[in-house]
Amino acid sequence: MLIHCPACGPRSHHEFTYGGDATIVRPAPDDTDIARWQAFVYDRENPRGDHQELWHHVFGCRHWLKVTRNVTTHDISAVELLGPHAKDANAGEAGR
Amino acid sequence: MSGYRLDKGGLLIDRTREVAFRFDGRTHEGYAGDTLASALLASGQTLFGRSFKYHRPRGLYSAGPEEPNALVELRPGPHQVPNTRATMVELHEGLEANSQNRFPSLGFDVMAVNDRLSRFLSAGFYYKTFMGTGQPVWHFFEHFIRRAAGLGKASHEADTDRYEKTNTFTDVLVVGAGPAGLMAAKAAAEAGKRVLLVDENAQAGGRLWDEGGEIDGMPTHEWARAVIASLEVRANVTILLRTAVYGYYDDNILGAAERVSDHKKTPDAYEPRHRHWTIHAKKVVLATGAIERPIAFAGNDAPGVMLASAGLAYATRHGVAAGRKVAVFANNDGGARAAIALSDLGVNVAALVDARASLGEGLTGALSARGVMVWTGSAVTGTRGRRALKAIDISGYDADRGALVGAMETIQCDALLVSGGWTPTVHLASQAGGPPVFDETLQAFLPGEPREDWIACGNVAGELNLASCITSGTRAGAEAAGAVLREEELPKVHGACGPETPLPLWEVPAAGKGKVFVDLQNDVTAEDVRLAEREGFRSVEHLKRYTTLGMAADQGKTSNVNGLAILARARGQSIPEVGTTRFRPPYQPVPIGAIAGREAGEHLMPVRRTPMHDWHEAHGGEMMEAGLWMRPQIYRREGETLEQAYVREARNVRENVGIVDVSTLGKIDVQGPDAAKFLDHIYTNAMAKVKVGKARYGLMLREDGILFDDGTAWRLGENHYLVTTTTAGAAAVLAHMEYYLSVVWPELKVHVASVSDQWAGTAVAGPKARALLEAVVRDCDLSHDALPQMGIADGKIGEIEVKIARLSFSGELAYEVYSGWNEGLAVWKALYEAGLPFGLMPYGMEAMGTLRIEKGHVTHAEMDGRTTAADLGLGALAAKRKPYVGSAMQDRPALCDPDREVMVGLVSKDAEPIPAGSHLVSDDGKSLGHVTAFAFSPAKETYIALALLKQGRERIGDTLEAAFQLKERSVTVQVVDPCFYDKEGSRLNG
Amino acid sequence: MQRYSIFSLVKHALSGHKHWQPAWRKPDPKTEYDVIIIGGGGHGLATAYYLAKEHGIRNVAVLEKGWLGSGNIGRNTTIVRSNYMLPKNNRFYEWSLKLWEGLSQELNYNVMFSQRGVLNLAHSPAQMDAFARRGNSLRIEGADADLLDRDEVARLVPGLDVSASTRFPIHGGLLQRRAGTARHDAVAWGFARGADALGVDIIENCEVTGFQKDGDRVIGVETTRGPIRARKIGVVVAGSTSEVMRRAGVERLPIESHVLQAFVSEPLKPFIDSVVTFGAGHLYISQSDKGGLVFGGSLDGYNSYAQRGNLPLVEEVMSEVATMFPAIRRIRLLRSWGGIMDMSMDGSPIITTGPLPGMYLNAGWCYGGFKATPGSGWCFAWTIAKDEPHPLNAAFTLDRFYQGAVIDEAGHGPFPRLH
Repeated sequence: MLIHCPACGPRSHHEFTYGGDATIVRPAPDDTDIARWQAFVYDRENPRGDHQELWHHVFGCRHWLKVTRNVTTHDISAVELLGPHAKDANAGEAGR
Repeated sequence: MSGYRLDKGGLLIDRTREVAFRFDGRTHEGYAGDTLASALLASGQTLFGRSFKYHRPRGLYSAGPEEPNALVELRPGPHQVPNTRATMVELHEGLEANSQNRFPSLGFDVMAVNDRLSRFLSAGFYYKTFMGTGQPVWHFFEHFIRRAAGLGKASHEADTDRYEKTNTFTDVLVVGAGPAGLMAAKAAAEAGKRVLLVDENAQAGGRLWDEGGEIDGMPTHEWARAVIASLEVRANVTILLRTAVYGYYDDNILGAAERVSDHKKTPDAYEPRHRHWTIHAKKVVLATGAIERPIAFAGNDAPGVMLASAGLAYATRHGVAAGRKVAVFANNDGGARAAIALSDLGVNVAALVDARASLGEGLTGALSARGVMVWTGSAVTGTRGRRALKAIDISGYDADRGALVGAMETIQCDALLVSGGWTPTVHLASQAGGPPVFDETLQAFLPGEPREDWIACGNVAGELNLASCITSGTRAGAEAAGAVLREEELPKVHGACGPETPLPLWEVPAAGKGKVFVDLQNDVTAEDVRLAEREGFRSVEHLKRYTTLGMAADQGKTSNVNGLAILARARGQSIPEVGTTRFRPPYQPVPIGAIAGREAGEHLMPVRRTPMHDWHEAHGGEMMEAGLWMRPQIYRREGETLEQAYVREARNVRENVGIVDVSTLGKIDVQGPDAAKFLDHIYTNAMAKVKVGKARYGLMLREDGILFDDGTAWRLGENHYLVTTTTAGAAAVLAHMEYYLSVVWPELKVHVASVSDQWAGTAVAGPKARALLEAVVRDCDLSHDALPQMGIADGKIGEIEVKIARLSFSGELAYEVYSGWNEGLAVWKALYEAGLPFGLMPYGMEAMGTLRIEKGHVTHAEMDGRTTAADLGLGALAAKRKPYVGSAMQDRPALCDPDREVMVGLVSKDAEPIPAGSHLVSDDGKSLGHVTAFAFSPAKETYIALALLKQGRERIGDTLEAAFQLKERSVTVQVVDPCFYDKEGSRLNG
Repeated sequence: MQRYSIFSLVKHALSGHKHWQPAWRKPDPKTEYDVIIIGGGGHGLATAYYLAKEHGIRNVAVLEKGWLGSGNIGRNTTIVRSNYMLPKNNRFYEWSLKLWEGLSQELNYNVMFSQRGVLNLAHSPAQMDAFARRGNSLRIEGADADLLDRDEVARLVPGLDVSASTRFPIHGGLLQRRAGTARHDAVAWGFARGADALGVDIIENCEVTGFQKDGDRVIGVETTRGPIRARKIGVVVAGSTSEVMRRAGVERLPIESHVLQAFVSEPLKPFIDSVVTFGAGHLYISQSDKGGLVFGGSLDGYNSYAQRGNLPLVEEVMSEVATMFPAIRRIRLLRSWGGIMDMSMDGSPIITTGPLPGMYLNAGWCYGGFKATPGSGWCFAWTIAKDEPHPLNAAFTLDRFYQGAVIDEAGHGPFPRLH
């Protein structure tokens, strides 16, 4: 499987570690609603089909990426760099 | 079968170079260019192996990778390789091979008794018996079944051969170098693409070697040589022979295994035995060809029965006749063509038996002219001769009714060549595409819809005729290269035509006794298939699993389709309704060593060494693994036990001074205007409140509130921290921080970088630590007021700049001295030299562990991924004055349960060790907790331990048993506070 | 049921095996059952069997979307053991192991349970300590375990590299002698045949496309073979749990589905007599009765519903095999395949009532489902029959995540790919 890292280009998924579902949202740090924390830490949609997920380019640029991948075909349809450099990096990848 | 070498012919052999080799201890001679199979066939060998289940005698069946019968053990001693296809072994001087799955010999195998018992050994018989009462019954029978099963023997001796692996990138990968593959490679190369052409055989050309006729005015094999030569000289074409592309993975990444030196007597210098290729291809052309298919009939496994394509290949390529008197049995024109070609090569073809009512145009005349008796509308119903074919029985066959008609005849022959049509080699296409699609005309499965970027061409795409094969190959190559096919440049093919539509005859109706084999290697018969259907194993997957059809080492290359067809008939359905099983990697068996490459044994993982590594070894340090790192366990003095060594080292820290290499600790540089705020989120502690020039010990939790790691954060500047982690936690903590900075709080202006390999560290601990440092460090005030506990200072040792933090893991007055990685050894040596007058000793992991146990400090033995800060008595460090990672979840009910196991200390009441892993047991034998770490304490002069104990704090003062049931031992211990030594911390001041 | 024995085998052999009956019927679904079990894998079939056998509930249908046993029951590396460290796990698995010990006789079907021993290798003093903790825990709970030193390991497993020169030298190992392997498909077939004989309808090629509900309560299913009603519906569909539960309106679960690859070598004469696991990575290997070396490693490490993996993991696994057994390097890999693991957030399973009224859930088996097959079916049947868990599965709830009462054998936390 190849992941087109916006910073490094197409690289084997073996250079990355997987970070799981990218759609879960961390509650605000001072949120005291335990149900929201439970949803964030444990509950997953785990769909069959397109899955937005995190990958960490540990043996590369060390950016975290948000990847849209079909978990049945393993086809990747979108890759987005996360973090403070996201705006610049993703602009360069526009149209991919 | 009594094969022999023809007087002339053999496109691939060199009759001037004789090659001697041994088979089953006997010396044979062949020629350079022979395979082990062709050379043995030429020398008259009829028996090549014994079958899996019934141990029936078996002969050579094919000339290629599909071989089900002729599996041999190659090479002697520790280099022995079982289950090797004799058809794929290139002969070399001194080659040694032995038959397998027989005892005592190939000719006389006592296990052939299974054949006599075969009526009891029907498909799945073992599910119905050997149950008895109690386990010993199966245990008893299993012993014998295991010994009867298996095929070749594998030596337990270590494999000392070299394997390596490599990656390659190409514009166009062409799999298969037969006519279609060659043309695809040529077309893509001419369009300027980088082309990788791969074939599992020792030579390119495929069936071009065996085809009659002419291409562009040349005999096909000469044309093949010319095309191959033209590709070999092209800079943009790489040809990899003896290389099986075995797996098609996501994003056009393919795995291939190259037999680099198996065909040589001795490999060249530095040459591996096998090389694994990971191929990254922009486009893939699958020109994987087709495998001839047998027709099943009674006695079809007799030695001497072989595929027609094989009989032809041995004659054209190696100048070997399969027998003195050959018969051919076919359901398509390929049989007649092979008979004609063989006859022209000097093979005595006695008869053609064809199930169809008539042959293709002109074939009957051509056969008669060559003296071949033609039996149309006929089928082979049996064979005679158990260890070598002597004759075949034939009968009339009515294709419309699918029934035998008319009288039996017997034809004397010692070889029978069978052609049942062709099975496209769809394995790779299926691995990377939809299910194969059945083609009624060809009576064959063709590739389904591609899931990856590939184009199929030639035989595998159903183009079975040589001319169409060449056209489709050229078109595929051009398409893969994004070029346009120029029809006018296509080679002109004359006189050669491929096999055509076969009659759908999969199994000749029974005329008498005799087993009808479908899977030759696993001994699955047509009756087995029907039995499975009868018992409800009607899905094709159930059939495979119940009968083991297609699951042998040949992976069913010559048996799967016939099996399906017989199942379909039994179910009263069509073949496509029954469907096929899914193809999975590997297409061909691949040596495990090849895929492992050099990354095995001592090279399984990289080794990480600190700058002081060699010094440790030179000074008695006994190194041990700590993750990927190597660290000194103890520095043993002569005559010392492990315990004596670590107790000496630890005691010396308490009494004088010691140094320990802490370079392996994780170190992360954290910088930016929001660094303080960020660390406040990450640690349970208030890291933002740490003053510049000071450090603080801290805890990190996972989101679920469980302890994750501990370490220190040193504030080097207003916006600059250096964070240390445990050795084991270094990588995870960095990834954890990067996650929050990228995914959760991208607005924070913080940058983190691993500096673990930039800073080397030495911890100096003991009451004389300050005196030692003062003797060696300059430009630094080390006095208590200038450098208090948790203080940080800069200084120099010689000309080397060092950073010193007053931190203690041992509980003594202690400092960590950091320098640049490359100066780590010099700093260590300077400290060592300066320390000797103070009684310094270096200490290792065991002494470090002892000192921390005495102090009740935690490591990952206690932070085991299940414990909370409160469990380990660190609750005060994880109070909720502010939110941090894990703060919300750490209050869940079960994590606050008063019954939880918490950390306590244990003291041995009878001066016995309290081994880690012991359980503290209640009077009724239930576990109350377990020992996480123990040591002989020089401070307490007895054995002590740390433990996690239910309601531990309430049990302080109690006496318990620490039981080690595995050795049936138990130690009486007293529960105490986990800090055994200097609880008030006065020793920190020396 | 047509009894199987050496005598019946001989009798049928003499009549050319023409009179064997199908191992299970192929009935059409009725419109209503007392209990529907969704999922005709090992656990589902075992559940149906024990419902009928232990609780007398025989009006049961097992609905399987494909062919019986097409999921992980036929895709695993066949290891059976109970050597878990945490008591909540080892009590359950030990009960399962006890059921295994009598299973062939119980089912009158030889599942070839072979108690050849499972040996876990340790490569550091810390790992030896962890094995000591685990082994002592097993002994306390009444299961068997033995701690071996390096020499004992070397004697037990010829060909293993016990040298000091390998990257992670072997210090010793934890052996469970009663553990071993079984013939995976036979377990599915044996339970199917046994359940069928007790009156259970096993319905293949019947996919559940939706649920009939009365308010929150689940009262039936829509299938590709028509609607079927039931008082109780058990969902036991490893690899499809999230998808099937979504059809009942449960959108999220503490589960991620991952692909796990498994491998078989060409057949060899006896080479490894026990099951051995590598502790400096992740690898487990044994030899089937047919002679193939059967082995597997870690997950590929990403969500997947494709029953196939990728090359980097293959390379990692081969490196570990080649490290353990340097003689295996020249042996060839014959087959590989992939299965979908429903990885729970703590690495332990879920066998529970709910989460909806009328529904029962059995899921989250991670890698470990095969060994649990009889125990899981037994406990799930109890849970369905009595509407409350048996003490052995009382901790395997969905609620445990929210209570903080996770059963985290590996200590990796809520990261499914690490369990």
